[in-house]
Amino acid sequence: MKVRAQIGMVLNLDKCIGCHTCSVTCKNVWTSRDGVEYAWFNNVETKPGIGYPKDWENQQRWNGGWERTKSGKLQPKQGAKWRILANIFGNPDLPEIDDFYEPFDFDYDHLKSAPEMEAFPTARPRSKITGERMEKIEHGPNWEEILGGEFSKRSKDYNFEGIQKEIYGEYENTFMMYLPRLCEHCLNPTCSASCPSGAIYKREEDGIVLIDQEKCRGWRMCVSGCPYKKIYYNWESGKSEKCTFCYPRIESGLPTVCSETCVGRIRYLGVMLYDQDKIAEAASVEGETDLYDAQLGVFLDPNDPEVIAAARAEGIDEDWIKSAQTSPVWKMAMDWKVAFPLHPEYRTLPMVWYIPPLSPIKNAAEAGKIGIDREMPDVKSLRIPVKYLANMLTAGDEAPVVTALERMLAMRSYMRSKTIEGVVDLEIPKRVGLTALQIEDMYKIMALADYEDRFVVPTAHREEAEDAYDLRGGCGFTDTNGCSTGSSGGKLFGSRKFVVPAEVTK
Amino acid sequence: MHQFIFGTFPYIALTILLIGSIARFERDPYTWKSSSSQFLRRKQLIWGSVLFHVGVLVIFAGHLFGLLLPIEFYDALGVDHGFKQMLAAVGGGLAGVMALIGGVMLAHRRFADPRIRASSSFADSAIILILIAQLLLGLGTVIISLQHLDGHEMGKLMAWANGIVTFDGAAASHITEAHILFKLHIALGLSIFAIFPFTRLVHMLSAPVRYLWRPGYQIVRTRRKNV
Repeated sequence: MKVRAQIGMVLNLDKCIGCHTCSVTCKNVWTSRDGVEYAWFNNVETKPGIGYPKDWENQQRWNGGWERTKSGKLQPKQGAKWRILANIFGNPDLPEIDDFYEPFDFDYDHLKSAPEMEAFPTARPRSKITGERMEKIEHGPNWEEILGGEFSKRSKDYNFEGIQKEIYGEYENTFMMYLPRLCEHCLNPTCSASCPSGAIYKREEDGIVLIDQEKCRGWRMCVSGCPYKKIYYNWESGKSEKCTFCYPRIESGLPTVCSETCVGRIRYLGVMLYDQDKIAEAASVEGETDLYDAQLGVFLDPNDPEVIAAARAEGIDEDWIKSAQTSPVWKMAMDWKVAFPLHPEYRTLPMVWYIPPLSPIKNAAEAGKIGIDREMPDVKSLRIPVKYLANMLTAGDEAPVVTALERMLAMRSYMRSKTIEGVVDLEIPKRVGLTALQIEDMYKIMALADYEDRFVVPTAHREEAEDAYDLRGGCGFTDTNGCSTGSSGGKLFGSRKFVVPAEVTK
Repeated sequence: MHQFIFGTFPYIALTILLIGSIARFERDPYTWKSSSSQFLRRKQLIWGSVLFHVGVLVIFAGHLFGLLLPIEFYDALGVDHGFKQMLAAVGGGLAGVMALIGGVMLAHRRFADPRIRASSSFADSAIILILIAQLLLGLGTVIISLQHLDGHEMGKLMAWANGIVTFDGAAASHITEAHILFKLHIALGLSIFAIFPFTRLVHMLSAPVRYLWRPGYQIVRTRRKNV
């Protein structure tokens, strides 16, 4: 057992209102720069839809993620190492910027400077790449907002696999949900595995996956490797960039910007302890539907004395162990089993998990019945097909998703009965395999969602990592090139160099 | 002048190449990259880039072995001078044509595509033209070379290259009589060495071959001391 800690995230899709505050605050902080105008480290998609970039979930097309070879070993779906190197001059699996969208700005100045004319002046779009006029904007980061566009296009959504999708194009049967997406900070990331330069690494202390900007050579294999298409090639700097999980904030015990600013309070951050030795085995189990369970098996119970002892032996600090014990992520993923990984079939063991959304009952008459006899509706009668959610969250296995939805309905039903009718109905939690105490805790964390309950983030122990004496008069966080602007006096011959964290073999 | 270009300039160029590359790698590693523009426009890139790179790599290997190994090495192997010249002319010629086709495709894309043109630096645009010129000169020398197949001319070029790398002050004298195309090809080649650290060419020094024997797939970094 090799205990490691990671800050994981859970997004409660049941409460996402699709306001894009997470995307916008993230953009303002991280990608309001040349070359990454098109990049949204966090974006929100309306589902069903093909998403951003176009069709990202279709790995037949992009070859992202891992594939299990006949011998049971894992290799990146885009190919083994020699294959990746052979493609280095021209990468056949690389999306083009148009698969995201051509970044644009508007001629706002024209609104002020236009001479007097018959028609009202307008601000027309202009490409941020060429600076030329764009006659038509062809695509954007949220092109399918609230089911925009024809069903025939949106229904290319990969999650319709195995579903008779035609009826969902009819007005009466239509359904939608939001899916906010960011880097999954996987336990078994394909981006880092595909990087020929070895520039992408996972941090041992908190699991955050980062790109070393000074080591990145722009071979762009990570873009293809990541099945979530969450690595963005900065076309201006020629380097790849990705979500940093706001590591400067996380290190200080603060939530990420997207989590902090989420108005629906749908995001949760917490420590998960996991066994690094089990990763390879879990990621290469044969059946795709077994991957969700396999990943659950990688996580370690932070209340188990054996785990605690092993964690201490590995040098994990007490406050981290304590945070793991009160982690909302652990509760939702492991205790209540209401949160799921996004597309476990990619075999990356993602660490940003999702609670599936409930949806209205299809039949209005049935909906009326619930209030009367406190009967829980069959989740099969919900508007969003369970199979659709299962394709997204459990590689198509419906049973765990059904359980999760039932537990969420049970929570509502139990609390309604308790607060409105004043009756504590112990039958309800029993029916879904939980205790009344657990249901009340679920209510506290998932419904009330206080700040302290959502974000249990221990601070990083920098005192163990570096000597404060070396840091005095330092330059803090910089984007590139240490403290140098490229022209200052420097470290060419001899002066002390910024020490990059050491690589350890995994 | 001849002595300066072929006797002294090689050392100047190689020094700039070496010191310049070290300085850039050390001072500004953020700028050390391949600068791929495939993401902006895939069209013409894959064919152009593969043809160009494979061609150039073959030519590079050919020059490395063909010029720098002493002629005695080939004599010891029993390789006839005429045969070696033929091999160089045919192999180099084919690879040169490949690289030239790829290079023209890349150059066309760089200047004709509004996206690529807008995001190109002066160095990006200049270097592809210089490389095409160098390929044309190189292919020109193949034609000259085919006019006398005894391997004698080639021997002189090898003696020059060997002289330079062994710090022989009289190296330049070996090629006083060489055809003007050879001289231009050499002079431009040395100039490319000299501008190397200031262009995207530096990415060839980072060819990621180590990836092949990197242990495992994943990389983890720790900030803990004493690991």
